[in-house]
Amino acid sequence: MSMRQMELEVMRYDPEQDDEPHFQSYSVPCEDDWAILDALNYVKENIDTTLAYRWSCHMMVCGSCGMMVNGEPSLTCKTFIRDLPDKVRIEPLENFPIERDLVVVLDDVMEKLRMAKPFIIRHDEPPPEDQEYTQSRAALYKFKQYTMCVNCMCCYAACPQYALDSSFIGPAVLALAHRYNIDSRDQGKSERLDLLADHDGVWECSFVGACSEVCPKSVDPAAAVQQMKIDGAKEWWKQKLGGGKS
Amino acid sequence: MSRQPYVRPVSKTTWYMRNGRYRKYMLREVTCLLVGVYCFLTIWALAALAAGADTWNGFLASQQNTVMVVFHAFALVYFLIYQAFDWFKLAPKAMPVQLGEKKLPDRYIIIAHYVAWAFVSLFVFWLTGVI
Amino acid sequence: MAIAKKAFVWGLFAAGGTVTAFVFPVLIALFLIVALGIVPEGLRFENIYAFATNWVGKTALFIVISLSLWHAAHRLRVVFHDFGVRMDNAVANAVYLVALIGTVLTAFYLYKI
Repeated sequence: MSMRQMELEVMRYDPEQDDEPHFQSYSVPCEDDWAILDALNYVKENIDTTLAYRWSCHMMVCGSCGMMVNGEPSLTCKTFIRDLPDKVRIEPLENFPIERDLVVVLDDVMEKLRMAKPFIIRHDEPPPEDQEYTQSRAALYKFKQYTMCVNCMCCYAACPQYALDSSFIGPAVLALAHRYNIDSRDQGKSERLDLLADHDGVWECSFVGACSEVCPKSVDPAAAVQQMKIDGAKEWWKQKLGGGKS
Repeated sequence: MSRQPYVRPVSKTTWYMRNGRYRKYMLREVTCLLVGVYCFLTIWALAALAAGADTWNGFLASQQNTVMVVFHAFALVYFLIYQAFDWFKLAPKAMPVQLGEKKLPDRYIIIAHYVAWAFVSLFVFWLTGVI
Repeated sequence: MAIAKKAFVWGLFAAGGTVTAFVFPVLIALFLIVALGIVPEGLRFENIYAFATNWVGKTALFIVISLSLWHAAHRLRVVFHDFGVRMDNAVANAVYLVALIGTVLTAFYLYKI
């Protein structure tokens, strides 16, 4: 395995020392097949133990290693150095406050996640003990891509409307709400509508489409949001014409 | 240990300079100005039409100059790239079609839009006697 | 249940966007042809007047112009926001008012034809 010397420009911020973030460079001997996360781990183990960043699974499942790599929101475990120039700039995800170094504060999105009620809501009687709500494969495939989201929040870092006004609910949470809205087992659409079709909901999206382009799991939040807008517009007419449920 | 999260500033007026994706989006959004211009040009034409044959011919004559040729040519290309074709490209996101267990590939929806667009255009050209 | 008024506004915006995407290229092309000094048969006074007198023609013209105006107005509102203007209510009132004036003018002239 051959080696490659990479220069990592890493954004550092120590809340106890610094007034604002600054960049620190590390020269890292990388193996060809490394991802950026491997290079960060090398820095942490061999060069600078004070570097703070989040990671866990190293296999695109946990969603905790999202960072800006050369300005692009990326999961660093699937961003390989073979696809990058010798000098790479690594910053914490944009549009979130920086807690320390590459660690961001995600409280806002976690709160929004809860508000979207991302679980199956039933108004009918629950199914008999030990049974399940059945679902056809066709009904499953309708929403399956949205279940791939790992909450890495790269889409929020890509969304300029969230950057300009963080009261906007944002891509991943809206996509997740849509996932439950179009799940054939769910009956909670009208409960979610309050939040989603209100001012901070889907209407704040101007369809830049960046969320879908950066998603490392190929989820398409922009599509979800446009479909929800169409739903919302239809529902508005239904209510005005008296046909809608309140 | 004290928390003191740092919030990076975002410019409210120049944020779209951050990357090419945003700039492309802004180029799309400003097509609304062209739409406005052509709406009012058409309303002007209707006003001339309502005023009678002389005014209508005067209106047509007033449109026939090099400046308008350049403007219309620019507007046509710009509008096609940033509004019409972009709108067709994004259509399958807003209106996905699922046939049984399979999602209809986006390209079929996009192609259908282009076909419909060609049909509309040819129809209008036929109606106005261009072809 | 609170569906924001924006649902209605957005619905018209989307409908108008679709109309502009399909119709405006050929509309601009017609203006271009005229600008080049060619007046196609269908744009001679008698013919275009006959078209605009017909109720089908009137309806088509009205729908295309009013929806397109609304589309442009709503997008312009977003453009103002994107360029950093934060008086959304004032901007919204202004752009929708212009669209409304255009729509009324369209109806008025079509009525007179």
